[in-house]
Amino acid sequence: MASLNLLIVVCLVYVALLFAVAFMAERAALRGRAAFLRSSVVYTLSLSIYCTAWTFYGAVGYAARSGMEYLTIYLGPTLVMVGWWWVLRKLVRIGRTQRITSVADLISSRYGKSNTLAVFVTALAVIGTTPYIALQLQSVTLSFASFARADPSSAVPADSRSTALWVAMGLAFFTILFGTRNLDANERHHGVVMAIALEAVVKLFALLAVGVFVVWGVGGGIEATLARIDASEIGQWQMDGGRWAGLTMLSAAAFLTLPRMFQVLVVENEDEHQLRTASWAFPAYLMAMSLFVVPIAVVGLEVLPPGANPDQFVLTVPLSQGQDKLAMLSFLGGFSSATSMVIVAAIALSTMVSNHVVMPIWLRFAGGGAAVAGDVRHLVLLARRVSIAVILGLGYLYYRVSGGGTALAAIGLVSFAGVAQFLPALMGGIFWRGATRIGALAGLGTGFVIWCYSLLLPSFGGGILMTDAVMAYGPWGIAWLRPQALFGIEGLDPLVHAVMWSLGLNTVVFVTGSLLSFPQPLERLQGAQFVNVFEHSGNPQSWSGGTAQSEDLLIMAQRMMGPAQAQALFQAEAARQGLAGYLPEPTPEFLQRLERELSGAVGAATAHAMVGQIMGAATVSVEDLLAVADETAQMMEYSSQLEAKSAELTRIAGQLREANEKLTKLSVQKDAFLSQISHELRTPMTSIRAFSEILRDAPDLSSHDMTKYASIIHDEALRLTRLLDDLLDLSVLESGQVSLNMRDGRLVSVIDQAVAAAGVAEERLTIRRDRTREDIGLTSDLDRLAQVFINLIANARKYCDATAPLLSIEVAQRGNAVVVDFVDNGAGIPTDSQALVFEKFSRVAEGESAGGAGLGLAICREIMARLGGEITYLPGQGGAAFRVILPVAAMRAAQ
Amino acid sequence: MSESSNALFLERRSYRQRRLMDALRLLPVLGAFLWAVPLLWSDAAAGGEGVATSRAMLYIFGVWALLALLAWALSSRLDRSPEKTDAPGGG
Repeated sequence: MASLNLLIVVCLVYVALLFAVAFMAERAALRGRAAFLRSSVVYTLSLSIYCTAWTFYGAVGYAARSGMEYLTIYLGPTLVMVGWWWVLRKLVRIGRTQRITSVADLISSRYGKSNTLAVFVTALAVIGTTPYIALQLQSVTLSFASFARADPSSAVPADSRSTALWVAMGLAFFTILFGTRNLDANERHHGVVMAIALEAVVKLFALLAVGVFVVWGVGGGIEATLARIDASEIGQWQMDGGRWAGLTMLSAAAFLTLPRMFQVLVVENEDEHQLRTASWAFPAYLMAMSLFVVPIAVVGLEVLPPGANPDQFVLTVPLSQGQDKLAMLSFLGGFSSATSMVIVAAIALSTMVSNHVVMPIWLRFAGGGAAVAGDVRHLVLLARRVSIAVILGLGYLYYRVSGGGTALAAIGLVSFAGVAQFLPALMGGIFWRGATRIGALAGLGTGFVIWCYSLLLPSFGGGILMTDAVMAYGPWGIAWLRPQALFGIEGLDPLVHAVMWSLGLNTVVFVTGSLLSFPQPLERLQGAQFVNVFEHSGNPQSWSGGTAQSEDLLIMAQRMMGPAQAQALFQAEAARQGLAGYLPEPTPEFLQRLERELSGAVGAATAHAMVGQIMGAATVSVEDLLAVADETAQMMEYSSQLEAKSAELTRIAGQLREANEKLTKLSVQKDAFLSQISHELRTPMTSIRAFSEILRDAPDLSSHDMTKYASIIHDEALRLTRLLDDLLDLSVLESGQVSLNMRDGRLVSVIDQAVAAAGVAEERLTIRRDRTREDIGLTSDLDRLAQVFINLIANARKYCDATAPLLSIEVAQRGNAVVVDFVDNGAGIPTDSQALVFEKFSRVAEGESAGGAGLGLAICREIMARLGGEITYLPGQGGAAFRVILPVAAMRAAQ
Repeated sequence: MSESSNALFLERRSYRQRRLMDALRLLPVLGAFLWAVPLLWSDAAAGGEGVATSRAMLYIFGVWALLALLAWALSSRLDRSPEKTDAPGGG
């Protein structure tokens, strides 16, 4: 009979073999001869940790209880694998470009490197995985117990608790030894992967061996076995359609989100060709694993006494047939299934715990910064080792609390449903750029709460964590909140019910939360990186370097990655930059690379924070950049406003300068006016005084002289009067108090009058006119108009310096106005004086006593303004040219 | 998916590759459909005639083998250089 002692020895030898294989694989990897480690076969076999003891033992029990339903657990992953082009290819690419270390890291990294999310996912993963680890411990314990019962010589009664404890401790030791040997930037564990590949072969071989024995050894060939199957109690297809579809989907979801599956699928993946092979090889493996499950179950039901635990048929059927060696092999298969799962799960979870819980806390409390405080590598490794021990301890605790009574399959499905809650955030994260951190957090929270309430707590059985009353009538008697009939929907299978509500509401809340919230800049960048991973492989977050902090970075990197690796990285980068030595410039590209390397060791969020601590003030976050951009925009707007204001000021200054110039000139004119007027007044006054004194004091004047002198006095007095008249006239015009005498007339007669009055006849000035064109009727103050013309003609007479002075008077009708130009052939008025000719007392020819006081043109301007027209100087006519414009009203009224 | 960089017509080989990717994408859909067929079988528990478990096994495992075979056939025909196969499958 099978000896328990022999079993223990075989078991220990097998474990020693695993150690040796793992050790050699590590050695080979170190020496760089690890080509076979990267082969697609090893990768595919490592995926087999999906087939845990739950598959090895539980599937048969499952089949014995519920027929073909066990297949759903393998159909889902098969669909995911053959559909690798959709999801897995993308996940693997993202995992490789972003150096993802765990499913928590992926989700956190996608949603803006949020540590809150990472902690949440980690906690959920630990809670979801703990029952699963308990399940493995339970199955190993049960298999020991089965052997113990079959061995009458066994002195030790199979104490399940101590067995479970020993197994847990042994697994913790192995995992710590090979899972935390070093802190690899790629987070790949060649030794462990090799060992689980070997275990995969062993468990497949063991299960196939038992299957072959059952079909050909007991069942009597394929035909006979099939007949036996149809004749058994599971011989008819009985399936709850909801469970068939629901469990297939659940297992597909769990295949992607289980932390241990993520570890082997994405993190341990070396290149995408591995996935290509695994896409068909792994479905084939799963098919082979489940091929003999039903025959074993049917034969077990037949040959074993009723009441035997169907979960142990894989062991007990060979034992009952006296096949000890086969049973031993079968035991090793089950042992392999359990251990490989526990090891990888513990590694995956410890990575998550140390990267997302321990490191952030340490970073916060260390304060001084990553470069100053103690050996970080040591701390990370310690955190992982402690985490592994704690996780296995939790599994053991769960096993003790739950009492190991529940069927294996039930525990496994509870666990599946728990980790499947990551699915919406995961899929949304890699396919939908609009997914946000808020949405992911809210969705995960919702799903987790419903899962706990409707599946996890009831799974402990009535009365343990949830009272029977709550189960039957809902909390506080609210029937709508019954854990297994939420919202009053009864009659559903409890598992399908829980999965439907938790995943459904999870997705709804996730999508709604994402739609309503607004992502942080980093989230949006990461979202684009993840969703469009095939288009660009840049890195979202850029560090701005420039300050000499390379040494600090090197110190930190050495602590995280190990001195040799860090130095090699720095040296390579320095060489790439064309520098000698170990200290490259901290360019943004280098910092990105370094952060990515570090994130392989401690996770994206932590690596980001650590590099951030060292780069310190030189760090520019996207938020900062956006703020700067915002400020720049404001500055630009402000500066353009300033520019506009400055232009306005310049314009105003120009105007002021012009005004000032004019004022200065006016002031000069005023002075000139004063001296002019005093001169103008004084000259006649002097003459009048002088001649009146002569008349008074010289008694012997001839009457001729007296007449002469008296007429001089008279002329001068007239001149004074004229001057005073002009001044008076101007002041009246300027003050607007003038009364106009409007009447009808003809332009030609006004000009005739003016020419006559200007006294041109006796002068040498020739006037050229076109009388027919001048024959225009108009309504105006004709006397005032004549005054203007007289003035202009007199000016020409006085100032035209040509040898044969000629004045052209040209009349034209321009639109609604009549234009009268007075153009002479003299030298004209200098440009700088043109602006002043209409000012009072302005005289173009200085010092020339032309008989006027410089008021003529000023009076003309005022008159024209009163008449509604204007008078301007017309430059560029070959001589002095004045243009008189009469308004349309003055003309129309005459016609 | 930068549409601008996509040529309108591809040479025969690239075209084959694109269709191969399409087939790969459709493979899980085919699998899901074939494995949904058992939902239509009459249920022995509900008093129906029921399908014998042996027949059900043959069907399900047959589909399984077919899927693995197709996955193998498609994957091995896929171009080995990842950059080329990364092109969007739209063309």
